[in-house]
Amino acid sequence: MTAEVAVLGAGMHPWGKWGRAFVEYGVAAARAALADAGLDWRDVGAVVGADTVRGGYPGYVAGATFAKALGWQGARVTSVYAACASGAQAIDAARARILAGLTDVALVVGADAAPKGFFRPAGGDRPDDPDWLRFRVLGATNPTYFGLYARRRMAVHGDTPEDFAQVKVKNAAMGALNPYARYRKRVTAEEVAASAVVADPLRLLDICATSDGGAALVLSSVEFARRHGAAKPVRIRAVSTVTPRYPSTVLDLPDIATDSAVAVDPPDEPFRASLARAAYEEAGIGPEDLSLAEVYDLSTALELQWYEDLGLCGGGEGAKLLREGATAPGGRIPVNTSGGLASFGEAVPAQAIAQVCELTWQLRGQAGERQIPHARVGVTANQGLFGHGSAVIAVR
Amino acid sequence: MSRTRTPVVAGWFTGDGEDFRLLGTRCSACRSVFFPREDTHCRNPGCRDGELEEVPLSRRGRVWSYTDSRYRPPSPYVTDPELPWEPYALIAVELESERIVVLGQAVPGVTVADLAVGMEVEVVPGVLSEDAETTWTTWQWRPTGVAG
Repeated sequence: MTAEVAVLGAGMHPWGKWGRAFVEYGVAAARAALADAGLDWRDVGAVVGADTVRGGYPGYVAGATFAKALGWQGARVTSVYAACASGAQAIDAARARILAGLTDVALVVGADAAPKGFFRPAGGDRPDDPDWLRFRVLGATNPTYFGLYARRRMAVHGDTPEDFAQVKVKNAAMGALNPYARYRKRVTAEEVAASAVVADPLRLLDICATSDGGAALVLSSVEFARRHGAAKPVRIRAVSTVTPRYPSTVLDLPDIATDSAVAVDPPDEPFRASLARAAYEEAGIGPEDLSLAEVYDLSTALELQWYEDLGLCGGGEGAKLLREGATAPGGRIPVNTSGGLASFGEAVPAQAIAQVCELTWQLRGQAGERQIPHARVGVTANQGLFGHGSAVIAVR
Repeated sequence: MSRTRTPVVAGWFTGDGEDFRLLGTRCSACRSVFFPREDTHCRNPGCRDGELEEVPLSRRGRVWSYTDSRYRPPSPYVTDPELPWEPYALIAVELESERIVVLGQAVPGVTVADLAVGMEVEVVPGVLSEDAETTWTTWQWRPTGVAG
């Protein structure tokens, strides 16, 4: 029997560039999730915050920051940092407490207030920090890594910039239907092609923006959910947060080089695929069981990579799957029905939680105009700096 | 006043001209190679006993992928805000004998239009930036078909 936790509530603050403190977004999302769950904040036994590195000390202790803003009520508190996977690790920490019987109801919150322009490392002279080094020595911003991956796909698989643009077209069409998305306008392939090159071969509209936003989930034991009157709640069946395996041979942010494979052969599957496989194994399902997927489209080209890593198609077949329309609404396996990062922009600690919010609404049949009919099983996938990543599987 | 030539990171490269090399370390037990250098512990999880010894990396490799920076990177990358931004190419290079991919800037003047995945490149000394007292040196990749 697979251990599951119930999703009683999901809530978000709209993504944008609002210019306010991250706490405000997180509290708005938390209140929305609690209202959705039909629970009072004082019913929550544990709060887990996903940290932002851009909010100063309050962001590093996000769990306590949100608890204080909601009103101290004596809950157990945890704060986690895992770069872009922070939100998924926060979900995992809450899930572990619930499955261990330590907590009935947990609140998971992530929120960010992003700076203008490129993400940059924390200040100071820190030559022992790989994130500082890649900026100091190479000027290698995040988009340059996305550019390297995109060019590699073009060379190895024959993907084209036109394929990449079609990912944006698809996701923008979904984002236009999502009230929480920052960009709610359809985009044409011509508009992508006319946008400025940022990191060859990728253009501005191939690359996700950085955003303000907040997302929250109320999780509980399945037993509590039943007592609470939620007879058939959405349930989280797997949370994968595995690390890479040595030697990791795909150049990854923020590294300047890969591991060497001279002494040990690389693992059979690369990191991203191992994240998905661990989630599938934990949930006891496979890619053929999925109704939808939310993947981390930091760039358009990366979305195609995720198709392959999730096993939605074979290696190198991502662009073909897209061209066939399989990942669009009405296709075999719609991807990024929320509009994805293309429509949201990244609010780092909130993003993996927002992915699960979208699964929750889709699995409940509450996704409005972007609803996928008969959604039963969904997966999220995500990757961040320093060897972090996640995949979450939810069912109904 | 002449500037002092200082590596942007100490211990990552050495030598001049034809003798220029990236420096990594190699585990004496499992022979794993590390760049940037590991000096305390071997990161192979199946290896516990090795000493890490400095080792020069291969001069030549093949382009794994490439891109460029069309916009000025933020600090701590050092640029002169008074000057217009000049994009530069970044190349990820696969070194065959070390089975490792190492990122670096292309030599000035080489653009993405000059590059292709699989092309042979070699490591050469380069200048990252200069200030009043210091010329900060680095490594750069140059296609072997391009004259130095």
